[in-house]
Amino acid sequence: MSILQILDIGLAGLVLAVAAWTVFARDAFAAVVGFVAYGLLLSLVWVRLFAVDVALTEAAIGSGEHPTITHQPTSGVLLIGAAGRLRKVEASRDDELPGASLRLFAAALCIFVTLVLAGVVLSLPDPGPTLAPEAARHLAETGLGNPITAVLLSYRSFDTMLEKVVLVLAVVGVWSLAADQYWGGAAGNPRGAEPDGTRALLAQVLPPLGILIGIHMVWVGADEPGGAFQGGAILAAMWMITMMAGLTEMPSIRSRLLRLVLVAGPAVFVAVGVAGVAFASGVFAYPTGFAKPLILFIEAFMTLSIAVTLPVLVAGPPKRLRQQ
Amino acid sequence: MNEFLLSAAGIILFTVAVGLVRVLSGPTNADRIMATQLLGTGGITSLLLVASATGVRGVDDVALGLALLAAFAAIAFVDNVAAPDSDTSKGDRTE
Amino acid sequence: MNVLLDLFSVIAICFGTFFFLAGTAGLLRFPDALSRLHALTKADNLGVGLIVLGLLPHAGSLLAALKLVAIWALIQLAGATSAQLIARAIRRSG
Repeated sequence: MSILQILDIGLAGLVLAVAAWTVFARDAFAAVVGFVAYGLLLSLVWVRLFAVDVALTEAAIGSGEHPTITHQPTSGVLLIGAAGRLRKVEASRDDELPGASLRLFAAALCIFVTLVLAGVVLSLPDPGPTLAPEAARHLAETGLGNPITAVLLSYRSFDTMLEKVVLVLAVVGVWSLAADQYWGGAAGNPRGAEPDGTRALLAQVLPPLGILIGIHMVWVGADEPGGAFQGGAILAAMWMITMMAGLTEMPSIRSRLLRLVLVAGPAVFVAVGVAGVAFASGVFAYPTGFAKPLILFIEAFMTLSIAVTLPVLVAGPPKRLRQQ
Repeated sequence: MNEFLLSAAGIILFTVAVGLVRVLSGPTNADRIMATQLLGTGGITSLLLVASATGVRGVDDVALGLALLAAFAAIAFVDNVAAPDSDTSKGDRTE
Repeated sequence: MNVLLDLFSVIAICFGTFFFLAGTAGLLRFPDALSRLHALTKADNLGVGLIVLGLLPHAGSLLAALKLVAIWALIQLAGATSAQLIARAIRRSG
């Protein structure tokens, strides 16, 4: 057995152990910490499976699948916020905790789904059915070097566009949870009069670097692992850091600019797709030779939208009216 | 050389994994955050070693992304850490 | 020259691994949260630093070498600031 194999087996065991602990953890905070650790280990797993784009997404966003609604550590932030809000409720609602039979049922359901998935994966023919060679063969026509980006923004761009729309719907859903009197207000905390020193340091040093790295990831995603999701998530994290330090604040949900930026990504995507009817062979087709610049154009707006959508989702529904 | 790098990666990864025991037992939530941070640092280092050993492209970008977000995660968690009997969040703004 | 570089890398990485071991041992065995935090930051700074140092000769290009150093700097920054924040949280709740 080579060292690499030992490493892989150990990693797999570790992932299982951390996952088991997360399930059995006593309180919400501990479970979320376990979940963050699990996500971290999972991005290592993706690297070992040679799915570096997925690893990047896992590290920056979280679920490793597009659409991305769970983000890690963004999901960590999301969950820890939820855990915090629940803590006040948890203590007073002991009688409403799920009983043993419900938990057993949930456990049985999870085990059943796992067994079915395992069975399906193990019974796949070897080599499994795949379109990868086809995708690779036509890569040159898209002008891209990264097959994943080609799938996302060329072969299956319609799916990606729909995923962006899903993000907008998620924002609408989150905002609709606002209490009536706060509609039109702002989520999150107001800008602090005296920003906390330590956090402010981080918020002033990290974002310039982070913005550089985020944009680098989007640009490089055309030919190497990277892309709009990953870059956008990093930009989102940078904005969230400045908000956590109290140096900036989330704009009110009435803000035209905020709404414009949120829909810019899917809007541009749809516009380019529809323009394909006039300038190329059909909806969501690119005119030959213009594929790469158009893809980068779409990605730029997508990155912007993602960078704004994620913090909006994490901030939650508005809880205060803007005081001016 | 590659075997050496991979062994180092393995040792580091499992060392910090053992540190995860703190996530289990750590009397305070701060301990849990610390153990996760150690896991993050060790994970990033293992990634760098594996990247150098296997030569897969883009892995150092994953490490870069993780490093960038490590601080972000730490802040987010500290903001919400609370001992079982006290409720603190952003309380140290008064300092 | 290559042999010398390899030797340097091996030594640096060995020391770096040692610091990770030490940091974890500290995290598990030190009596209170603040001293555990101290052990943790040693692993962050020296452990990662020595390993990055050991990997620098093998970096493929200047950009790759810069990325390695940037990762080290970021981990240091994250470690230092979160150590501050965690210490405050410990002090507040303990």
